[in-house]
Amino acid sequence: MKTLRILLLPLVLGMLVLSGCSSTGTKDGAEGGAGSGMAGEGGTSTSAAGGGGSWTGSPLDNPDSLLYEKVVYFDFDTAEIRPEYVDTLRAHAEYLVNTPSARVVIEGHCDERGSREYNIALGERRANSVKRFLEAEGVSPVQIDTVSYGEERPVDPGHNEAAWAKNRRAELVYQ
Amino acid sequence: MKKLFVLLALLLLITSQAQARLVIEITEGVEGALPIAVVPFKWSGDPARPPSQGIGRIVAADLRRSGYFKLLAENQMLARPATMADVDFRDWRALKQENLVIGNIEPNGPGGYKVRFQLFDVYQESQLIGYSFTTTEKDLRAIAHHIADLIYETLTGTKGAFATRIAYVVSEGTLNAPKISLRIADSDGYNAQTIVSSVEPLMSPAWSPDGRKLAYVSFENGRPSIWIQEVFTGKREKITSFKGINGAPAWSPDGRYLAMALSKDGNPDIYIMDLARKKLRRLVRHWAIETEPSWSPDGRKLLFTSDRGGSPQIYQVLVTGGNVQRLTFENKYNARASYAPDGKSITLITRIGGQYRIGVMDLETGSITVLTDGKLDESPSFAPNGSMIIYATRHGGKGVLAAVSTDGRVKQRLALQSGDVRDPVWSPYYK
Repeated sequence: MKTLRILLLPLVLGMLVLSGCSSTGTKDGAEGGAGSGMAGEGGTSTSAAGGGGSWTGSPLDNPDSLLYEKVVYFDFDTAEIRPEYVDTLRAHAEYLVNTPSARVVIEGHCDERGSREYNIALGERRANSVKRFLEAEGVSPVQIDTVSYGEERPVDPGHNEAAWAKNRRAELVYQ
Repeated sequence: MKKLFVLLALLLLITSQAQARLVIEITEGVEGALPIAVVPFKWSGDPARPPSQGIGRIVAADLRRSGYFKLLAENQMLARPATMADVDFRDWRALKQENLVIGNIEPNGPGGYKVRFQLFDVYQESQLIGYSFTTTEKDLRAIAHHIADLIYETLTGTKGAFATRIAYVVSEGTLNAPKISLRIADSDGYNAQTIVSSVEPLMSPAWSPDGRKLAYVSFENGRPSIWIQEVFTGKREKITSFKGINGAPAWSPDGRYLAMALSKDGNPDIYIMDLARKKLRRLVRHWAIETEPSWSPDGRKLLFTSDRGGSPQIYQVLVTGGNVQRLTFENKYNARASYAPDGKSITLITRIGGQYRIGVMDLETGSITVLTDGKLDESPSFAPNGSMIIYATRHGGKGVLAAVSTDGRVKQRLALQSGDVRDPVWSPYYK
């Protein structure tokens, strides 16, 4: 039996996507800004912005901007957008409307409970819920793509309510 | 059977590296199991060069694992006969054994063996069955499982399922650098081999009815696609990569169709693909989630999960698309259902008191019997003889596989030393 090794091209992409996903790190900004020559310097840039006042990178990487928040979380077994994420999503909608060349992939995720394939469907429903919100705010459908990873890509490997709450999410991954 | 051995030989030739194997622990056994003695098979060739596998011990382990037999420990045996002439039935009656298995292995040309075994009724002092096989080194384990199947069928009246395999997904590595593999192993966890590995999710393996192909979902380009891969050659083909979900593949019993969940038309619905013509037909159309199709053994109906009623429940539909019927009413969460081989019951994930467990629902009465006691049990799959259900559970902080008898009385765990194991599916009988 031949073991099929899947080639690494998608790996590079996958890693970018993955690191873009993390809701915690200052490292995020660096990855998000990959290509603009700032990769690996997220921490430095952050303190510079805090001291100087004006942000020179992409607004998506500005820790003071609502656009810096790229993850919204969901309650169990629902795809309803919680009120606390409305401002963040409106900021993203405005950015997308004002930047017609920008493209975003919305990734839907679930916690580990229940059936894996049902969770794929639920993750898609979450991604679509964010997509519809952005479209209702005037974003062109061609700028938005969705993908569901179900429970396959947790950010917190724990098996408790705290971990599950972090894993039930939609992530906006700018391309 | 013979074809299987040739194929197995091929398999073993190509992947020689020893993979971490599943270790099976029986966690609960049946009261009043049938006492049986399996004498280690005698090697009548060069004592310095015995065969690599102890056939008698593999047979004994299979029978013990079924939960229906109580195996006599080797150190309690008063004699180790290898032919009927050597058997003194009084020895075995003294040890309260009802059945006795003896066997012999002899050389048969270069790299070849002749394996012979007999099963006796100790009280009747008569032979129940006796067979001999010619085989090679590589197929010794397969022969042992076949012998266990013959003994199991003779003594229980149910066809054995030891000479079958399981497919499952293992996740190793870290959150940021995962290594996901789709593996297959013998039903006892030996001969594990990776057939696909990826840094992206792999899920939902499904055996073709002849056991020679696996359909599965791979996210290898960052998005899900359904693939079909030949188990013995590694040759594979991408079947679907529509926009949105490409998931939950399920073969029709005749192997001509693949049911699946696709969301290309807006939300996940059940579709059926004619594999020869690659033609798709939408079976169920609804605004809610429809996923996890599974065919009835006669190919006339399918089960699926839908949340059209407000929470995930199991529905049944005719293969023509008509007569959609809700099957589950007990418990608020029911998903991932599949039919028993006799079509009279289904196994599913059911939520009880916030815990996800494996249940069996009798289709006649509609009542669900919960078989497991985990918190996050999932992916139940019947053995092809209907005697056991394999599923994924958590133990010691990681995902492991477990099997439970359909009546819930026998439980066992198949643990891998490293990695998270999940998404198991039991193979059909090889045809």
